Amino acid sequence: MDAQLIARWQFGITTVYHFLFVPITIALSMLVAVLQTIWYKTSNDGYLKLTKFFGNLFLINFALGVVTGIVQEFQFGMNWSEYSRFVGDIFGAPLALEALLAFFMESTFIGLWIFGWDKLPKLAHLACMYLTAIGTMVSAVFILAANSWMQNPVGAKYNPVTRRAELTDFGALFTNPVFKATIFHQLAASYMVAGALVAAIAFWHLSRVARGRRTSQLSDAVEVEEARTWRWATKFGAWVLIIAGLGIVVSGDYQGKVMTDAQPMKMAAAEGAYQETSDFSILTIGTLDGSEEVFAIKVPGMLGYLGNGKWGSTIKGIDDLKNVNLNQYTYRRKDGTQTELQSSYQQVLRSHVAKDGVKLEPNIPVSYWTFRIMITLGMIAILAGLVMLVWLAKDRNPGHRRWLSVVLVLIPLMPLFANSFGWIFTEMGRQPWIVAGVLPTLSAVSPGVSAGTVLFSTILYTVLYGVLAVVEVGLFWKYMKKGLPDVAQADSDQDEDAPLSYAY
Amino acid sequence: MFPVLEIAHSPLTPLWFILISVLWIGFFFLEGFDFGVAMLLPFMGKDDRDRRVMVNTIGPVWDGNEVWLITAGGAMFAAFPGWYATMFSGLYLPLLLVLFGLILRGVSFEYRSKHPSSQWRTTFDAMATIGSFLPTLVLGVGFANFVRGIALGPSPTLNGDAPLVTTSFWGLFTPFALVGGILFVVLFCAHGAGFVALKTTGHMHQRAGRTASTLGWAAAVVMAAWALMFNLMYAPAGSLQHTLTWVIGILAVLLVVVGALLSGRGRDGLAFVLNGAAITAMMAAMFIKMWGNIGFRPVGVDFDMWIASSTPYTLKIMTISTSIFLPLVLAYQIWSYWVFRKRISKEAIPSDIAPASA
Repeated sequence: MDAQLIARWQFGITTVYHFLFVPITIALSMLVAVLQTIWYKTSNDGYLKLTKFFGNLFLINFALGVVTGIVQEFQFGMNWSEYSRFVGDIFGAPLALEALLAFFMESTFIGLWIFGWDKLPKLAHLACMYLTAIGTMVSAVFILAANSWMQNPVGAKYNPVTRRAELTDFGALFTNPVFKATIFHQLAASYMVAGALVAAIAFWHLSRVARGRRTSQLSDAVEVEEARTWRWATKFGAWVLIIAGLGIVVSGDYQGKVMTDAQPMKMAAAEGAYQETSDFSILTIGTLDGSEEVFAIKVPGMLGYLGNGKWGSTIKGIDDLKNVNLNQYTYRRKDGTQTELQSSYQQVLRSHVAKDGVKLEPNIPVSYWTFRIMITLGMIAILAGLVMLVWLAKDRNPGHRRWLSVVLVLIPLMPLFANSFGWIFTEMGRQPWIVAGVLPTLSAVSPGVSAGTVLFSTILYTVLYGVLAVVEVGLFWKYMKKGLPDVAQADSDQDEDAPLSYAY
Repeated sequence: MFPVLEIAHSPLTPLWFILISVLWIGFFFLEGFDFGVAMLLPFMGKDDRDRRVMVNTIGPVWDGNEVWLITAGGAMFAAFPGWYATMFSGLYLPLLLVLFGLILRGVSFEYRSKHPSSQWRTTFDAMATIGSFLPTLVLGVGFANFVRGIALGPSPTLNGDAPLVTTSFWGLFTPFALVGGILFVVLFCAHGAGFVALKTTGHMHQRAGRTASTLGWAAAVVMAAWALMFNLMYAPAGSLQHTLTWVIGILAVLLVVVGALLSGRGRDGLAFVLNGAAITAMMAAMFIKMWGNIGFRPVGVDFDMWIASSTPYTLKIMTISTSIFLPLVLAYQIWSYWVFRKRISKEAIPSDIAPASA
């Protein structure tokens, strides 16, 4: 095994792991802020309980998101130093601004929120959660601008004197069509996860409290109150899930067209289409070299719509694209053009890399299947949201069944893993390039770091992350089952000498 | 002193060298004390409530403090990609230790009170201590090596020769580097004890004051040894630099001495500020030494802060964003310290093992 391959595995493992926490952080922070807002407006204790309940789950999740995020930042320099040296002039700025604009904001205001319940005026305290949530979104903006640049390197050119890519237009990073498509897709995907999480947990608690009875049949006042709260939260979460689901469909449709323009090879790989075609394959089983098809369900003409916005039009196949690219070891967009960086670096690239025999297409089975798994999981999640809403129609409540618990555990995992598979598709589909059409992944790795060192760190992260996962899931489970917290507390007329809130 | 290259020199390059120094100083000033508090948990925290008092002194702010490091790293990436690439890949194992420590401590603060078991808490407290000790020691050793200058050689890559660290992992542990590591540990512990003294009342307050004073004197001795070795062994070439590192080195020692004296007399606030000033002086001396060569000794390859720098255009964008947002960041961080300005007493910590939820 060479260092490059292990470094890629390390990036994959640490990123997928980190990204189990990120969507929850982005969206659950905002949902907690919304819950707290409703409490602020209504003074109804139920909403305060929900705020604290989901706030706690958010914090358990946030902690791991923070500590695994720092590994991501350091990794560029540690494992991918030639990448960092080559593109740092462009890629570094959004990363630095992410820290300055987003991380300071998140970390300071989450501290104020955790410890500030009885220290801050109610409205200021609420603002702290909004600022935390906005911080997570600002963070997403910068990191996606940086990632989208790797998919479609705009606003930069190659400087032969410094022998690196240099920024020519910072604004282009944020008008990059790939970025515009990705930011909405990712935010919607995050809200699907948080919505599903809220709905599934609330639905489970509702089934436990009400046990299939109608709310009007509950006689105990405490039970009635609790059932009402969970019922409301289930519907709230389900609506978030469904609306975000619509956002996913719309933004995903747009993203497909942008991807076909900027990275035609990725689209072809997603389809496993070796020759020019206009059919969308729902499921194809066969030899994936495209020579034989054993079984296939196809929608004729649909791929043309997904890729070009025109039903029946064709997209280029893997072999077509490979032939064009192989010609001069170059890389072209759908319309045959290149970005300024791609064309200004082409000469150097050709002379250096052609002899290394870089494969010009990504891993096709991975691209094909991750794309489909992402879509399938997302669709099932939306459907689950609809089912929950229908179930709760009128005065009905769910019963408490073992199979129901199992299903409810799976519901938030669907959009969560859809996120993971979507990212695996995006990143694997970009191969063999670390910067599309410019820098091959194999020449981006740190030249002085041995395979043994990368392997050692990969094992260390994997073991450490594995242990942390057990702790996190255990805690999440424990606080999830605990139910609504007790909020019986003195009103804000606090004694001057009263202690701070102790979260630790 | 450095070869003039065919690269557009920007006056913003030195500015960013200074800004990155400021970010590192901010990190060590702030996280220095919360590293210290966590390192002192097993020594100053006699029982769980003691330790809770200590953890709660840094509870609301440690996360924000740590972002100074993330921002320093990000700023190095953006303003000096060459520096970031050479340093992070060249110092792979030390950085891995730092990351390992930061992961342990970050999790331990958040999770220690989430389960009512003393075993659980003891485990996370130990993780906080180890997780604070490792980064402190490694960064102390690391910065001492930057004073000395880490050896670089050329390594052929796709785009010409990359400057690559040629010093081995074990080669980093010179006597001066070890003194640097010990200095960071002792100084940050003194800083942490000073912070606990400042933020608590009663027995904990008194114990922390005594510890801060004792550790302060120890730190003064190590700081003196460090400053002497620094200036005698690695005095920078330029005459102004040389004068500055002597003056600032002596100043750093004096600041720690006065801090220790004041800690002994219960002047917590001033003592804390002086200790922070000593950290600032110590770091400033190192960055003055690193001016130009950014902590490396290149052999057979061109490398300095100009070569490692980003383009004037990128630096301009960074400068504009920073001048707008850094004051804002400082303002709300200061506000968060103000909100939690009150001292914590052990009596106010509920003895009930289950903590208040968020």
